This record gives sequence, C-alpha cells and structure tokens, in this order.
Amino acid sequence: MAGPDIEALIRQLAKLPGLGPRSARRAVLDLIKKKESLMVPLIQSMERAVESVKICSTCGNFDGQDPCALCLDPKRDRSVICVVEDVADLWALERSVSFRGLYHVTGGLLSPLDGVGPDDLNISGLVARAGADEVKEIVFALSATVDGQSTVHYLADRLDGTHVALSGLAHGVPVGGELDYLDDGTLSAAMKARRPV
Amino acid sequence: MAVEWTDLGLVLSVRKHGEYDLILHVLTQQHGHYAGVVKGGIGRRTRGLYQPGNRLQFRWRARLEDHLGTFVCEPDRMFAAAALHDRLMLTALSTLCASAEAVLPEREAHPLAYHQACHLLENLGDPNWVSDYVLWEMHLLNELGFGLDLTSCASTGVTEELIYVSPKSGRAVCRKAGEPYRTKLLSLPAFLKGEYIKPLNKDDVIFGLDLTGFFLERYVYGPHGKSLPSARQRLRALVAG
Repeated sequence: MAGPDIEALIRQLAKLPGLGPRSARRAVLDLIKKKESLMVPLIQSMERAVESVKICSTCGNFDGQDPCALCLDPKRDRSVICVVEDVADLWALERSVSFRGLYHVTGGLLSPLDGVGPDDLNISGLVARAGADEVKEIVFALSATVDGQSTVHYLADRLDGTHVALSGLAHGVPVGGELDYLDDGTLSAAMKARRPV
Repeated sequence: MAVEWTDLGLVLSVRKHGEYDLILHVLTQQHGHYAGVVKGGIGRRTRGLYQPGNRLQFRWRARLEDHLGTFVCEPDRMFAAAALHDRLMLTALSTLCASAEAVLPEREAHPLAYHQACHLLENLGDPNWVSDYVLWEMHLLNELGFGLDLTSCASTGVTEELIYVSPKSGRAVCRKAGEPYRTKLLSLPAFLKGEYIKPLNKDDVIFGLDLTGFFLERYVYGPHGKSLPSARQRLRALVAG
C-alpha cells in the first residue's frame, strides 16, 4: 500500500511506548502531510537530541550537560538526596514542585527473578555520594511494590553506618481517595502509617 | 471447547508483557503452579493486586489445555502490603515466591506446599513465624520427593536425642551415634521434630535454614546448575543478624 520508506517509518514509530501499528500509521500520515511544519522540525529536534543529550554522571538524569542542570543548580538543597528508580520518576517529582534537593536515579529495581542484582544498578554512586559531609538525608522514593521495597531495604543496609538519615515516602490514602474504594493493602498501609492530628 | 477453571492461589511472579499486559506465575490450591496472561494488568487500578505473595481468586481460561491462557483475578488477601515495611518479612515473602516458582513443576497440584505457604503468609509477624518458613521448605522438599526422615536414628534406630541429620542420607542421627562425626553432620533443631519450644532460639532457626538450604541446594537447585535464590541467602543473613 505505502512505499517501503513509509512502511519502515511506521515500523519504527510503532516500537515507541503508547503507539501501535495503527496509531503509528496515523502519526506517519500526519507527519507526511505536514512535512515542513512538523516533520522537518521533528527531525532537527531529534538530531540535536542525539548529539546533545547525556546521562548525568552524578545523578543519572538526562540533560544536555554533564553534570545536569539540577546537580549544578546552586538554589537546590544539597543536604538531601532523593533516590528514584527512573528518570520518569524524577520528572514526576519535579512536576510536583515538592522537593528542592538533589536526585539519584538507580536505573531500576533489584529483581532476583529477572536477574537484576546490585551490580546492575547505580548503587555504588549513591554510596559514594552519601559519604560526602554536606549530605544529611537520603529519601527513598521507590515504588510501593515487593521489588521496590526490597530495593529500599537493601539500600538502607548498604548505607548503614554512614552519617546520613534515611527516610521513605509514606504509603496510604491518595488525595481525593475514598476509603470505600481502596484496596485492603493500601488501607492496611495507611493504618500502619497513621499520624497524630 | 475452551478450558476453564477457578481456584484460589498465590502470585509468585509478575512480568510485563507488552505495554499493558502481565504474565503471572501463580501457585494455586488445586491446580498447582500455573502461568497466564492478565490483560490490562498494568492499569493503575489493578496494579496493586499483582504483587508477589498476594492471594487472589483466579479464573484461568484457554482455548486449548496447552495454551498459556489468560487470568481474570479477584482479590482475596493482600499479604504483600503487610510485609512491605519489614525487611525480614519482605525477604521471607520474596524467597517463598522465588523458590516456589523456581522449583515447583508447572501444572502439577501441590496442595501441601500451597497450604503451608498460606499458613506462613497468614502468620507473618507472629512470634516464631520464621520457623514456619523453615517448615515450609521442609514441605517443599517432601513435595518434590526429597523429604527428610527425622523419626529415628539412621544408625541405631532410637527415637530419642535426635540432634543431627546425616547430609548423605537425610536421616536423623542420635547424639551418641553422631558424636564422633559431629563436624560433618547437620544440626537438627527441636522444632523440626514437632517439639514446640517457646520462644524459639535464633540458633535453632539458623540450623533449620542451613538444614533445608543444604538439601534444597543438593537435590533441587544443584542438578539444574543453580544455587539458592539470592533472596534466600539474604534471609539467612538477616536471621543471623
């Protein structure tokens, strides 16, 4: 139906998250129709990104410079490091504007079943950063899953003996959540993490 | 004609399948270790269900018996959430799930292993729950055909003062017969002989873990070129403190 170049483009786009063959086909059609206003700028942006985007050697974030802008920002609180699994989690926390410290991206979670061990994650970098005098607290913002919390416990053990305080995100009732609709596990976690009012 | 069954079971492992689906391995009461796809399992509302250790009601359906099949699940008990905050309980839960998935053959009923696993998960955090973990591994060895005989001494036949286990035969050995070989024998804690001791000695639990770990490694993991799961090694280290 379409030429080989277009089919190749559709196949490439269909590999992206959120896109299947149908939606990739629609996207390609739109790109071709708006070649000058959409396709060419997209190609230029992608070429620039390929050239410039680096992984921050300090925290693991993606940025155009190494160290990244977050690590270099003098306004950020350098005494607190928030540990996240993925850059997407870092971006989510940044969107919330709730944290003004530094980050550390582990690049995944420990998972014995999938063969992911401590050596596969960016853990040694975290241990080295925790040794700096200016760091006072490390916040673990990892998933509330078996793998996520196993990783938290492992990291806490690795950081045992350092001078930093360790903390983790609370688990419980989400903002706007009604108790009647919550699952038993979340309710039980919320009850355990209750606090004085 | 489609094949379909409904059963209670424990989630053993969860893996992503494409963008939206999951592949679950579960240990069910009547059907044993089964795998299946959960359509849309990555959705935000149901993601919490599919955590290792949770007990769910599964409806498994496939066009042919040999197919992977699909699961539709309803929650029963969320054991994982209760264990998340305690490293020892979480490690025990992870070890139980990893071991069951690794060693129990698929599509073969193992009701004793299932019931002992449920018993352990229901009592996580109770006094002496770690000894229940050791008992679960004893049941696992039994289910796999490598059960230990702890009823009488392999050498003299006596049934008293059984404090060792022979690493060769997997049978109990009494104090007198075992004394000359005690460095080569494994220690047999009293709770494995059905003697109820309260509170349990930490050393007894470690002896129990070493005993079951030795035979699991020799008979179950070793022949496949594997060693005990890393979570199991971590559990032993945590118990040892």
